[in-house]
Amino acid sequence: MTGSGYFALLRLTEPEIMVALTGLLVLVLDLSLLRRTSLAMRFRGAVIASSIGCAVALGALERLPAQGSWPAGMLVVNPLTQLVQAALLVLAILILLLVDSARFTTHVGEYCALMLFATTAMMLLVSTQNLLVIFITIEFLSLSLYILTAFDKQSRQSAEAGLKYFLFGGMSAGILLFGMSLLYGISGSLSLGEVATAVNRSPGDPLLTLAVVMVVTGFGFKIAAAPFHMWAPEVYQGAPTWSATLVASSSKVASFFALFVFFYAGLMGAAGSAARGNYSVGWAPLIAIVAVVSMLWGNLAAIAQTSFRRVLAYSAIGHAGYMLIALVAHSRQSFVSLVYYVITYALATVGAFGVLAALEEEKLDSIADFQGLSKRAPDLSFCLLIFLLSLAGIPPLAGFFGKFYVFVSALEDHSGLLWLVLLALGMSVVSFYYYLKVLKQAYVSEPATGAAAIRVRATTRIALWVTAALVVLLGCFPDLLLDRIATALH
Amino acid sequence: MLAWTIYLSFIGAVAVTFTPGKSPVVARLTALLTTIAGLGIAIAAVAHDRSGQMITIVKAPWMPRLGIEYHLAADGISLVLVLLTGIAAVAGVLFSWNIERRVKDFFALYLLLIGAVYGVFLSFDLFLLFVFYELAIIPKYFLIAIWGSTRREYAAMKLVLYSFAGSALVLAGMVAAYVVSGERTLSLDALAHFPFSTHFQMWAFPLVFVGFAVLAGMWPFHTWAPTGHAAAPTAASMLLAGVVMKLGAYGCLRVAMMLFPRGLDPWGFRVLGFGSWQEVFAALAVIGIVYGASIALVQKDLKFVVGYSSVSHMGFVLLGLMTLNQIGLSGAVYQMFSHGIIAGLLFAVVGRMVYDRTHTRDLGDLSRMPLARLIPFAAVTFVLAFMASIGLPGFSGFIAELEVLIGSWRAFPWMAWIAGLGILIGIAFSWRALQATFFGEPTTTPDQVVAPITLPERLGACLLLASTIVLGLYPRVLMNLILPSLNGPLFEHLRRGDWR
Repeated sequence: MTGSGYFALLRLTEPEIMVALTGLLVLVLDLSLLRRTSLAMRFRGAVIASSIGCAVALGALERLPAQGSWPAGMLVVNPLTQLVQAALLVLAILILLLVDSARFTTHVGEYCALMLFATTAMMLLVSTQNLLVIFITIEFLSLSLYILTAFDKQSRQSAEAGLKYFLFGGMSAGILLFGMSLLYGISGSLSLGEVATAVNRSPGDPLLTLAVVMVVTGFGFKIAAAPFHMWAPEVYQGAPTWSATLVASSSKVASFFALFVFFYAGLMGAAGSAARGNYSVGWAPLIAIVAVVSMLWGNLAAIAQTSFRRVLAYSAIGHAGYMLIALVAHSRQSFVSLVYYVITYALATVGAFGVLAALEEEKLDSIADFQGLSKRAPDLSFCLLIFLLSLAGIPPLAGFFGKFYVFVSALEDHSGLLWLVLLALGMSVVSFYYYLKVLKQAYVSEPATGAAAIRVRATTRIALWVTAALVVLLGCFPDLLLDRIATALH
Repeated sequence: MLAWTIYLSFIGAVAVTFTPGKSPVVARLTALLTTIAGLGIAIAAVAHDRSGQMITIVKAPWMPRLGIEYHLAADGISLVLVLLTGIAAVAGVLFSWNIERRVKDFFALYLLLIGAVYGVFLSFDLFLLFVFYELAIIPKYFLIAIWGSTRREYAAMKLVLYSFAGSALVLAGMVAAYVVSGERTLSLDALAHFPFSTHFQMWAFPLVFVGFAVLAGMWPFHTWAPTGHAAAPTAASMLLAGVVMKLGAYGCLRVAMMLFPRGLDPWGFRVLGFGSWQEVFAALAVIGIVYGASIALVQKDLKFVVGYSSVSHMGFVLLGLMTLNQIGLSGAVYQMFSHGIIAGLLFAVVGRMVYDRTHTRDLGDLSRMPLARLIPFAAVTFVLAFMASIGLPGFSGFIAELEVLIGSWRAFPWMAWIAGLGILIGIAFSWRALQATFFGEPTTTPDQVVAPITLPERLGACLLLASTIVLGLYPRVLMNLILPSLNGPLFEHLRRGDWR
């Protein structure tokens, strides 16, 4: 469906509108009906309402026409964007179910609404190919995330993390915008399609080089790739657990997707090659450098961490490195592998943070706090086992297949990328060490004396089990997701 | 039918977790029944299949997009190792009858490991093989870290990091083979017949071979083995030395050598006197044989003696593989089986019969105890086990090491001499360990009592002893399976002019 009538626009953005409206509705609901009830009740009500909203949006997504666009690439709807949007909504529902265990604030409605607004922004981000809209949605997303990060007003760490995130984010947004303005200057258009034409005409333009560097910096911040990762450990550690979950999972999905689309649809002409023996200048070598730095720094720095959240933050940097390998290869197949990787990665991350959320009252932070978890909460620690092993890339979990497929697709088109793949394999051995350190505390160490069994809320338990089941299922039968991605891409 | 060895072990692992009550007896019996069922299936399969050729058990598309199949099959070599796993699994359960702490967890992890090992030996799709191979790593870690002894957490971490590093190399080779062949398949059968370029095989072979050989205890990547064996609880040491090290050796043969046979060809130039990977790895194997035996000779901890002896004996497996002739290769496979049984037996005596009773493994302390009088059964078992270990005729070790020596005599005569020297050192350290443990000069009071040898221990020891003696006297049972496999179409490209 292509049209310029506003009705057509409304029709194409129906799911996003529904999520945004749900956000407003939750605000009103919390202010009116739920005001006099207990905090637990308010959280439950808001979570239920928000989840239903997301589920309805998921239904609306199904009814959407398969193809649709709005002039200048402002809105591009196709099966692939719908698939990623569906993944974002599923992640949002899982995270919202976890929010049920939150008690840190009395601004329940605002918190849930912001989560929904962030989700709306991500959904818009994946379905656009227009420089301006990309920038606006990234800003929309970032603003929601800044607030979510700093939401715990009683915690100094939360405020510090929020401020740090905001300062770094503001800076990188400026750089990204500068890069985009240069692209606009080169092509005279905001549409990525037009940019691609201009880039193909003069791939060696020095302005283009500058623009590419700026864009890589801006996106590098969003995806927490080293050396633009400084905010990540702080935010992962300081933000309320549920906010950190959103930052670590679905915002990564949206950002990586947007990043790939940006380079794939807009800058393909200036790709160059990072393959050994076939090197040529372009953004692929630049991304390869970022990938190498991320893999090395993320994995090595994670070894030294004592806080579990910081381990997750540094491991996220390392994972960003693996995923960037797919971008270095920039083929159709590597696109498929990236989407699979980032979705399964987000699931495992939601799970790992979900375990933290379930343990919120324990005030867990250091890895040592996990000792004896398998005794105190057997099913929680089993879920943790699955999530961490998936992140480490142990078959038959989804994380393993994700890595395998990224490597295969990278090598299939550029066998010269073997050096990058070997480095990634070496680093995944390193990563195994620090994930295992956490699991060792949970399973090998005995619980501290007097440590009681931990009660886990039913909703949290459901969310964790569903996530764990998805991680196992997608690992054993990756075709369930791969087929969809591949058919959507055609 | 054979596939049920895998499924039963996994089902058993789940069943053990959910056995009711606190009583450990139910969990033990469940584990015992599961492993006996597995052994029964393995024996039935060996008795049923006399051809040694590859027989497909299950073959179904698994990930059609990538052409990955769920392909379980068995040829003679797989059958031999499945039989070994069956025997070792039953014996391991019998020797861990005294585990009291977290019994359910123990047997669940134990069965998970067994299932994964069966899976590796029966997989004929490289991807599936790799999945099982990695799946075996996690239970190993927890078995050692939770129920182990000396420096268990260090040893467990060292072991899994070595394994994981090795499997990263294997994964690199696997991805490369998949991409280079361009056939969109990881079927071992198909890849074994794919004409990879010699240039590719030259670097893919060492990558994958070393990746697997880490787990086979190849010098200088063996250091995980003694610490891991010493720290592990008895059943886990038995499995580690008995079966898990064979996973590595099996991978070397089944993947590295079967898929990239040209990687063993001469390079065409010489570096430090070596002219091919075959010579390099043969030299490393011989170093392992002599080095392992020499270190075992000076160890004070009885478990370390046995741990280093494993490194030495696995050197024979690797040397046999590198001979590239029929007698050497069949000897290597036979040695995998034989060492699996004998190492299990040695660790059972050392870990269960001696250490669990005396709470020391120090040779000096042991020599001051009148153990031969207190637990004569253990003394007899230990003597027999060491006789088998040093390769006396009548035990399976004799056939295996003799064949490897003959094979290496043909391929590299001077290496056979050094390996022979390794056997002599082996006799020396066995003698020293035996003497110190059971035939020392007791100084402690004669009225010292230790718990008598229990029935499960006797059964386990008899099972293992019977296996090594039967197969030492009647090697044809397994040779009839091994030889046709080696001469089958899968190893077509490995057979050279001097293949006999």
